[in-house]
Amino acid sequence: MFDAIATLLSSDALYDSAFQFSVLFAFAASGEWVAERAGTLNISVEGMLLGGAFGAVVGHQIAGSAIVGLLVGALFGLLIGSVQANLSHRLTANQFVVGLALNVLVLGLTAYLDSSIGFDPARAKVIEVPGLVDLPLIGSAIFGRPWPAYLVYPLVPLLWWAVFRTRWGLEVRAVGENPQAADVSGIDVNARRRQAIYITGITCGMGGAFLVLGQVGTFQSGIVNGRGFIALAAVIFGGWTLRGTLIGCVLFGFVEALTLSIPANGYTIDPFILKAAPYIVALTVVLVFATRVRQPRALAQPFVRGLT
Amino acid sequence: MADVRNRPGLLTGRLASTDTGVTLAAYAVSLIAALALSAVLVSATGGSAGAVLDALLDGSLRSPGAWGLTLTTAAPLLLVATGTIVATRAGLVNIGQEGQVLIGAAFSGYAAVRVGGPGWVVVSATLLFGAVGGGAWAGIAAGLRAWRKVPEVLTTLLLTFVSFPLLTYGLSQSWLLADRDTERQNQLNTGEIIPGDARLPDLRLFGNAIDSGFLVAAGLAAILTLAMARTLLGTRVDMLGFNPRAAQRFGVAAGPLSAAVLVGSGATAGMAGAVLLSGGAAGDRLVFGFAGNFGWDGLLVALLARNRILVALPVALVFATLRTGSSFLAATGVDRKVTDVVQALLVLALLVPPALLFVRDRRRALRSTGPSTAPSTNPTPEAA
Repeated sequence: MFDAIATLLSSDALYDSAFQFSVLFAFAASGEWVAERAGTLNISVEGMLLGGAFGAVVGHQIAGSAIVGLLVGALFGLLIGSVQANLSHRLTANQFVVGLALNVLVLGLTAYLDSSIGFDPARAKVIEVPGLVDLPLIGSAIFGRPWPAYLVYPLVPLLWWAVFRTRWGLEVRAVGENPQAADVSGIDVNARRRQAIYITGITCGMGGAFLVLGQVGTFQSGIVNGRGFIALAAVIFGGWTLRGTLIGCVLFGFVEALTLSIPANGYTIDPFILKAAPYIVALTVVLVFATRVRQPRALAQPFVRGLT
Repeated sequence: MADVRNRPGLLTGRLASTDTGVTLAAYAVSLIAALALSAVLVSATGGSAGAVLDALLDGSLRSPGAWGLTLTTAAPLLLVATGTIVATRAGLVNIGQEGQVLIGAAFSGYAAVRVGGPGWVVVSATLLFGAVGGGAWAGIAAGLRAWRKVPEVLTTLLLTFVSFPLLTYGLSQSWLLADRDTERQNQLNTGEIIPGDARLPDLRLFGNAIDSGFLVAAGLAAILTLAMARTLLGTRVDMLGFNPRAAQRFGVAAGPLSAAVLVGSGATAGMAGAVLLSGGAAGDRLVFGFAGNFGWDGLLVALLARNRILVALPVALVFATLRTGSSFLAATGVDRKVTDVVQALLVLALLVPPALLFVRDRRRALRSTGPSTAPSTNPTPEAA
């Protein structure tokens, strides 16, 4: 038993795929965190990731470059985000209904287009950080990645700075805590919420593009496969703080990686437990942390002036 | 601070305009836009929109025996939608129907091959087990909501992803669901064939075989429509959805009632799984991926029907038409996934008109009341 754990923990592959998934979750969850601080429980993360992944192969196909792929991926994510934002925070349609319909739409649309067009494989170049890449175990996992992975490092501090150190960020947090008070003090509540969702769209689009360019290399319609919902759980796990959210991303990344590396190392665990593990862990985590921390007070509550 | 989220009016836009002409026009425009967009998509990828429409109609209505199959397919969709609508009216967001259908089907599959006795006993047990399975699966989410206030949006969804491997596990164990017939090839990971007397009987009409599951679904829809409109319990459920705090002041036990409604919506989804299995709309034995998106589609039906069970019937029929029609698409060279796109576009399109009318009415109201009562006489830019 302890042997097995030791073998697992000393395999490079575990850290490699754990980091891989953590980066994906970090892209998605950090953007989702902004939307949730503004008061939207945005369940279209799944669709945004898938849209970003699809955008990446489209961009790569057109221009033959991974940079364009990433940009088109972010653009597709933004596009889905703007539909979500404008339907739920301009037209007051229910945010869950919109998110769900968008997830279905993106899944159907990308699967349909993928089957009727067909794309070349799209991969980004690996950039190795000299010296650090030779570190044992984690060296190549962290410092020998395709370049889109490194974008997560500037992205997260940037989001932190935007939310905690700018006027815009203060307004975003105000809108998520008490939209009525924010409205009275002259903040355009629904505009801030829409902008927060645009940011989610961009980061999830980048995350989806990373999934294709930096991990899988092609587009498949099952490429995201519910991981967007795990990113949602990571935000709850983090108690709506950015630091906690990132810890959640790493935790879920390791759980996902273990489900891959346990069979790869020749150990047999029931496949049911392996496949269900990320979701069971997410459920447990949500269960433990849901009431212990304070969520944004107006989370998932629409704002219509004069009605609330 | 009233909880707007839980006001069905806002959820569905039912506070919207009373101006029938404008309302109808708005719906017509957005429906046409959705269909036109679908047609553009088909043409852009080299297909012919006319041929697709023809194939859809052939597959769902015109070919022999087709409309019976369409009605059979509509039954599980209607069942899922009915439960979902009641849950939504109670202010709950259950989006885990796919898993509830799957677990319901698994439970009913167990009952169908293990329960002995005359046919009607087996069939009733199959339906009952389906309801119990789906209800229990939703019950986990209901319990977590009651115990730790975990939002049911997330738990129902996460549970769906647990249900897929759970069914695979059940299908791999012969004491659960796996086929015990050792003679058969490839018996691994498939369920036992459902015996004839555990099947819902077919109704024969003009050469069409309609599964009697459709009657079950239509009957349940009728009963729940009446119950919601005419009974105290129905009023309590609606009250809970409109304003949970006021409902509690009126003596509604909010916690237990919403838990019961969530379990009930899971039970109808589970019964849909049972109908799917014993009606034969999705094959004659349990396999991986058995639920085949019936849960997701049923949820979309509920969303489209805007919380009215009676509206869910025609919507379920439309969705069933798309589903059965899509099997004829192969001849046109267009991938059948296009019907998923059409469905989702329809849902999004039908979200727009009520929301738009709601915004318009509000602006009118603000303009007419003047500055003393309204926050501002000018419409805010974001409401434009």
